[in-house]
Amino acid sequence: MSRVNDVVIKIATVNGTGSASANGLLMKAIFRMGIPVVGKNYFPSNIQGLPTWYEIRVTGEGYQSRTDKIDLMIAMNAQTYKEDLAAVSPGGWLIYDSTWPRSRLLDRADINVFGVPLSRMCNEHFDTARARILMKNIAYVGVIAALLDIDLEVIKTLLSETFASKKHLIDANLEAIRLGYDYATENFSCPLPVKVEAMDKTKGHIIIDGNTAAGLGCVYAGATVGAWYPITPSTSLMDAYTSFCQRYRIDEETGDKKYCIIQAEDELAAIGMVLGAAWNGARSFTPTSGPGISLMSEFIGFAYYAEVPTVIFDVQRTGPSTGMPTRTQQCDLMICAYASHGDTKHVLLFPANPEECFYMASTAFDLAERLQTPVMVLSDLDIGMNDWMCPDLKWDDNHVPDRGKVLNAEQLEEVERFHRYLDVDGDGIPYRTLPGVHGKGAYFTRGSGHTKYGGYTEDATEYQDVVDRLLVKWETARTLVPEAEIQYSKMNKQAILTLGSCDGAAKEALHDLSKLNVGLNYCRVKGFPITKAVQEFIDKHDRVYVLEQNRDAQLRSLLILDANADQNKLVSMLHYNGLPLSSSFVVEQVLKETSKGQAA
Amino acid sequence: MSYIAKPKVSHPKAPRNKLGLTERDYEGSVSTLCAGCGHDSITAAIIQAVFELGIEPHMLAKMSGIGCSSKTPAYFVHQAHGFNSVHGRMASVTTGANAANRELTYIGVSGDGDSLSIGMGQFAHVIRRNLNMCYVIENNGVYGLTKGQYSASADVGSIAKKAAPNRQMPIDPVSTAIGLGATYIARSFSGDKHQLVPLIKGALMHEGFALLDVISPCVTFNDNEGSTKSYAHTRKHFHHVIDADFIPPSEEIVAAYNEGESMPVKLHDGSKIVFRKLDQQYDPTSRAAAFSFLRDSIHKGEIITGLLYIDESVGDMHSDAGTVETPLSKLPYDVLNPGASELAKLMDRYR
Repeated sequence: MSRVNDVVIKIATVNGTGSASANGLLMKAIFRMGIPVVGKNYFPSNIQGLPTWYEIRVTGEGYQSRTDKIDLMIAMNAQTYKEDLAAVSPGGWLIYDSTWPRSRLLDRADINVFGVPLSRMCNEHFDTARARILMKNIAYVGVIAALLDIDLEVIKTLLSETFASKKHLIDANLEAIRLGYDYATENFSCPLPVKVEAMDKTKGHIIIDGNTAAGLGCVYAGATVGAWYPITPSTSLMDAYTSFCQRYRIDEETGDKKYCIIQAEDELAAIGMVLGAAWNGARSFTPTSGPGISLMSEFIGFAYYAEVPTVIFDVQRTGPSTGMPTRTQQCDLMICAYASHGDTKHVLLFPANPEECFYMASTAFDLAERLQTPVMVLSDLDIGMNDWMCPDLKWDDNHVPDRGKVLNAEQLEEVERFHRYLDVDGDGIPYRTLPGVHGKGAYFTRGSGHTKYGGYTEDATEYQDVVDRLLVKWETARTLVPEAEIQYSKMNKQAILTLGSCDGAAKEALHDLSKLNVGLNYCRVKGFPITKAVQEFIDKHDRVYVLEQNRDAQLRSLLILDANADQNKLVSMLHYNGLPLSSSFVVEQVLKETSKGQAA
Repeated sequence: MSYIAKPKVSHPKAPRNKLGLTERDYEGSVSTLCAGCGHDSITAAIIQAVFELGIEPHMLAKMSGIGCSSKTPAYFVHQAHGFNSVHGRMASVTTGANAANRELTYIGVSGDGDSLSIGMGQFAHVIRRNLNMCYVIENNGVYGLTKGQYSASADVGSIAKKAAPNRQMPIDPVSTAIGLGATYIARSFSGDKHQLVPLIKGALMHEGFALLDVISPCVTFNDNEGSTKSYAHTRKHFHHVIDADFIPPSEEIVAAYNEGESMPVKLHDGSKIVFRKLDQQYDPTSRAAAFSFLRDSIHKGEIITGLLYIDESVGDMHSDAGTVETPLSKLPYDVLNPGASELAKLMDRYR
């Protein structure tokens, strides 16, 4: 077995020991050598002392998803040693801390087990308890560097960038790297048959997580009010927005802030604040996760009916109820699509990666203000909190945000009378006014029955008139949401239809399947309502595999409900154990389904 | 409730305020509440206060939740935007609105059910943020729209129409607000416009959270014998401990006050509140004294009214957050967007 730039490293540690920075250093070093990487963090809902894993896939091909194989396991956690040993793919390697004896029962003949006395070496070289724990992590980076032939100069550069003026930290880290590196070269045959080699595939790319990209997107979209209640896995989105605002939105002369972030008492209040700010003309948003959507539902329905622009980021986690807060899923599609009592439906956006989180933040605000309705960006824990390689984020300085149909003081001066909910243009979108602009623009925003003029009503016809007009607006939304990504060839009668973070695994699977002469077309839905192009795509196929990360086939339901798709064609492929999707799952499912077809 | 436009009739000699507007210009649509409802008197007091202050109608924002009280913003200042939100959630909507535009004057109208039961959480937290707003609780001890259930402000032993006496301890919004750090706390009675109007003016001009708890009897469900929120009971037991006169910035204090009995407090916009102590023991600038006095009075079955506490030294939410003076909603996009070159520079952080 000899492979270059195609290796999966998994590091098993205990959370709270500082392994995150060691793992980040390792991944960035490989990235800086020009080799594409995928990073996945599996962490517990806990602060310190529970098992955590970090998985780095080195992929010269530039794939975006995880795989189920593990070539190199760094087993630093005695608590999970047994399962970590079992997880290594045949022919792979396991590195453990040989400071302490290991039970003979814990062995496997089909893999290579290497012991490195990491604790002993670090205890001998470092003085404090904290340094010994931290440096043990850096030392395993040294071991991996030797085994995979990672360029030490790149690691040195990264360390000096990270610690800049703190020379003693650079020296200590380098010493730890050296300990691991030298031990490995002296005791094992380095490099291994699987190794890395510099290439040129990461130029113009970055490594970023989706929450950071979305927070940055909100700054670039011109959002000024952020209201939120902390909830995993969305918290880092507001953290990112805060830190970018501190960098870009402080008045140079006065030090005043050109933004307002409010940590609310709960999600009920957070969404109320978003509505209040949007009603008053500011771009406002809230990041949350599934349980937050449940609490926000009443207000989301209000915003739909009273037509208040609202932007929500739902970084989905495994449900229902509390579920598994630190694991990923795409399980909020239905609740978001139809949040609230009564007849409501909402515009959704489905980013597939951090790059799309950045751009879709802007799209979300544009659509919310254009359509005067809630827009929810449905990211997930995998996108939001894991490290993805993406093309550099770019901005066009000529971009003008779409603030929608808002009448200013001059326009109000000219109109005879302003009517809040009148469909003047035939697109189902009325004109709105902002408080504090002109007395003629005043109206009473209410969730109770109202006429197209904005007045209160309990009249059957007047009520129905407004809710029917909202359906016209829904059809306008269908033409405005981002178009799906479609790969179509007349040759193929079967297709995969998916959304969001399934994209990487699906595309890799398509590639693998084509090698097995299974040709499939591809459609990745980027928004809800379902566009005409997606409907037509489904119509053109005999069989469409609907791939999604939830138990109840929620995307498939949306296709049937909103696009009137023929449900007999839609075959579900459901992955919902909380782990990010792998391409092998998709390949297996497709092969299983296609062989069924042949047997019949 | 139906929507009835009020005919606009204005006498040519009607008094005009500094903007040249008459009181009629501050009216709204016709109330659809029960005849004799205390809430309508409060609406009238709000109209008078806003008119006399000379607030530009479109610079007022009228906020509410759900309930009889929350309907009333439709009945005043028709040229101001109104937001009749979700039950118990007026505070959060107002917080967001204020975050976006700090130039407007915010008046929120709520009830005892809307604020002290379903909205207790938001009521508490809007006080903690010292949001710059006037928060009126039209307090009648019952749920009107759902026909007479007790609210959280109903007193122990109070009897509403067709109900057994209430046995649960009431939540008193005034002592709650004192405990949570509110910076302007007043209580009044819908039947006492003379006291109410200056209290509303002071609350609107106070830079921070101003609570006005107004006992406002429900004529349909809670104005009977045995109710502690009836007109008769309130008239009998309410006790003016302190009156407050509101003096606009341009005017001098002209009224004659007795030495030791009056105390002026200057508000941020230059206007003044002059306290007239009717009870010598009372000090409206001491939170501890106010709390203790209030608890004693509850024990004695007295409903003490007046401007019970004021502190002009605490900054509002924006002052705490360090927000720019210009309303966030008015900042142009090019000021908010860092631009392409900054983004290009930032990318190096992620390699």
